[in-house]
Amino acid sequence: MAALSSFADTPTAQPSEEDRLSLAFLKDRSTEKALLWCTEYLNEEGHGSLLPMTRKVMLQIYSDPTLTLDYLPTLGLPEFTRSATELALGRDSPAIRENRAGGVQTLGGTGAIRLGAELLQRWYNVGGARCGPVYLSSPSGGSVAATLQGAGISDIRSYRYWDPDKKGFSVAPLLEDLEVAPEQSVIVLYASAHCPTGAEPSQSDWKQIAEVMMRRRLFPFFLLPSQGLCWGDPAQDAWSLRYFVSLGFELLCAQSFSTNFGLYSDRVGSLLLVLKHSSLLLAVQSQAASVVHTLWSRPPGGGARLVTMVLNNPALLAEWKEGLRVMVERGMLIREKLKERLRMLGIPEFWDHVTQQRGLYCCTGLTEEQVQFLVMTCHVYLPASGCVNVTAISGRTLDHVAESIYLAVTSDLQEYRH
Amino acid sequence: MSLFAEVPQAAPVAVFKLTADFREDKHPSKVNLGVGAYRTDECQPWVLPVVRKVEQLIANDHGLNHEYLPILGLPEFRASASKIALGEDSPAIKENRVGGVQSLGGTGALRIGAEFLRRWYNGKNNTATPIYVSAPTWENHNAVFSDAGFTDVRPYRYWDAEKRGLALAGFLEDLENAPEYSVFLLHACAHNPTGTDPTPDEWKQIAEIMERKKLFAFFDSAYQGFASGDLQKDAWAVRYFVSKGFELFCAQSFSKNFGLYNERVGNLTVVAKDSDNASRILSQMEKIVRTIWSNPPSQGARIVATTLTTPELFAEWKDNVKTMADRVLLMRSQLKAKLQALGTPGTWEHITQQIGMFSFTGLNPNQVGYLIKEKHVYLMASGRINMCGLTTKNLDYVAESIHETVTKIQ
Repeated sequence: MAALSSFADTPTAQPSEEDRLSLAFLKDRSTEKALLWCTEYLNEEGHGSLLPMTRKVMLQIYSDPTLTLDYLPTLGLPEFTRSATELALGRDSPAIRENRAGGVQTLGGTGAIRLGAELLQRWYNVGGARCGPVYLSSPSGGSVAATLQGAGISDIRSYRYWDPDKKGFSVAPLLEDLEVAPEQSVIVLYASAHCPTGAEPSQSDWKQIAEVMMRRRLFPFFLLPSQGLCWGDPAQDAWSLRYFVSLGFELLCAQSFSTNFGLYSDRVGSLLLVLKHSSLLLAVQSQAASVVHTLWSRPPGGGARLVTMVLNNPALLAEWKEGLRVMVERGMLIREKLKERLRMLGIPEFWDHVTQQRGLYCCTGLTEEQVQFLVMTCHVYLPASGCVNVTAISGRTLDHVAESIYLAVTSDLQEYRH
Repeated sequence: MSLFAEVPQAAPVAVFKLTADFREDKHPSKVNLGVGAYRTDECQPWVLPVVRKVEQLIANDHGLNHEYLPILGLPEFRASASKIALGEDSPAIKENRVGGVQSLGGTGALRIGAEFLRRWYNGKNNTATPIYVSAPTWENHNAVFSDAGFTDVRPYRYWDAEKRGLALAGFLEDLENAPEYSVFLLHACAHNPTGTDPTPDEWKQIAEIMERKKLFAFFDSAYQGFASGDLQKDAWAVRYFVSKGFELFCAQSFSKNFGLYNERVGNLTVVAKDSDNASRILSQMEKIVRTIWSNPPSQGARIVATTLTTPELFAEWKDNVKTMADRVLLMRSQLKAKLQALGTPGTWEHITQQIGMFSFTGLNPNQVGYLIKEKHVYLMASGRINMCGLTTKNLDYVAESIHETVTKIQ
């Protein structure tokens, strides 16, 4: 047999920033260490939160003697996609009544983004130029760019989102960037709970964004990664999405049920399609089926069944919504406590942005040098962007995290400057 | 004006359309021989008893959570899945040069393998590398590789319609003439759709040429255990290639042999030259997975891993698999017997010679059309029937219908 491998030249892939942080954290022997980046909603014990009802509903599903394990349809469980679509748009949405909104069940949020990207790459504006640039916010959530690239989209640009001076979202630079984006560009927008900053446009900001996008024929690709975990109310978390639909936009929306249902390993998602006419919806769904056919063939059943059951059972639905409120309250409490600890330590600036941001994530506004200091000296691990997952701060680590941030902000960090 | 205005309706997948037509048919004697899953003699789906047992164990295990799996999947699943394909005592496993990528069924495993090869095989990003698929093959093979970016997907001769068997000479010739480093998609057992597998001796001839011409072996193993009822026997070809020192991929599906269709359980087994190669390959596959499904679903993988690694459950599973395989074998022998008893023109030996879920009946498109329209017996235009659609209750009707078709339509 020939000695050389066919893959002798295949290099080891570079680990992602997330992986490097996790590895460094694992190796760290300090008892005070804290890992502040995660994409799950963590409970006090540092585990992905399981909703109280999940076990009992799963048991119900898998104890049902009539349950078969036959393939789901390619586009997913119809009851699931209908429920997901109603959750996103509201049951009385005109788009639903007019039969021009529908979903495709996907493998979590990533699967929805990938499917949406494939559809845009293949079919968007077929008569004209193929999918032009796709714009992501700066900064943007971990793997969105890579997922778009996986679908063959290479022209990925950014629009300004996080304002480091204001330590929040600024609409003016974003609008400026939209004004010069080529017509028919795709704009990726978080409907709520922005990752990784937690900074939100206000309703009046959204109205301005919509106006520019309508005028310049820019296509909205919404991300809805944790509906209900921003404001504690699914309807409010979808306000921006519903507003765009009410204006008559066609759009895609990648919905994930990982975080708001605690179903991370079940891979439950839906790609919402809102089009101008129902005939278009059918055509695009049929093309989505072709794409799905060679990616994962059919989606998995269990998680989608659970979500469907909960969304369509009044008692379970109420229990779920209450669970969301509890989770959001806890997140807000952690933010309050962090801000308060920093204030008591005498941190020089105001840290109001911590409590003004919403959802899982918080952009601390720390500089790269300050982040380096935290990682290298304080055993506190977070990405260079300075963004953290607030639920990763537990009662046990809060003091150390606050003290470390205080030190980072007040020390002379000459040695950390490049 | 919609920007999607010019999007055409995609052509429906043939087998799905067949099922849809069957569903709409109101004829009382209708039979679906295009069904894609195992059915009992009552024509019902069958959740394997061992699967029901393990589902309960999992649902009641409060130590389990729903946190994200690693990108490459559940470690116990990957290891036990590769082990079942390659054998407990596989030298490749002992030498630490085997890796697994938990995937979304067999399709997902094929796609990850294809995406990896397109990026890293035969000179980076070499989309022009010929990909050979059998003529005929599973209808999705072509599309998976072309969607992964390969521009030259071609057939290799496989089915000899005249003699109703393997076109060995043509197969071997196509191997000889293939450009070096071409990729060959091989069915590990129970070839879909023909049900015709090479014999061990024929596999040896295939392997000899592939080694000499530096051709890459990519196995598709969707029916291990289901084909002959014996896990080892069904894995013979893959293990032979490994024993000859091949680097290879094997896309495994647990949809059929565990009846876990909707849990989407698959594994891409990677056999590399050494452990360093294996790690580098897997690290790149991880990057690919991250942009498709990010990390795989846990339920099905847990069921399979628990079953494969618990001796009593493993024994029960093998028994359940044998139940399915035996029913298929029974339907094969009874269908052949009935056709012979009716004196149906032609030879019907191939029905019991072929192996696995499918039989390539040899019926031509006109005959297929007649069977569907006049007799309400649904099968693929290629003449492929799924033996699982046959039951002791519909066997007579199907045999008589085939008899009528063959005598009326040439």
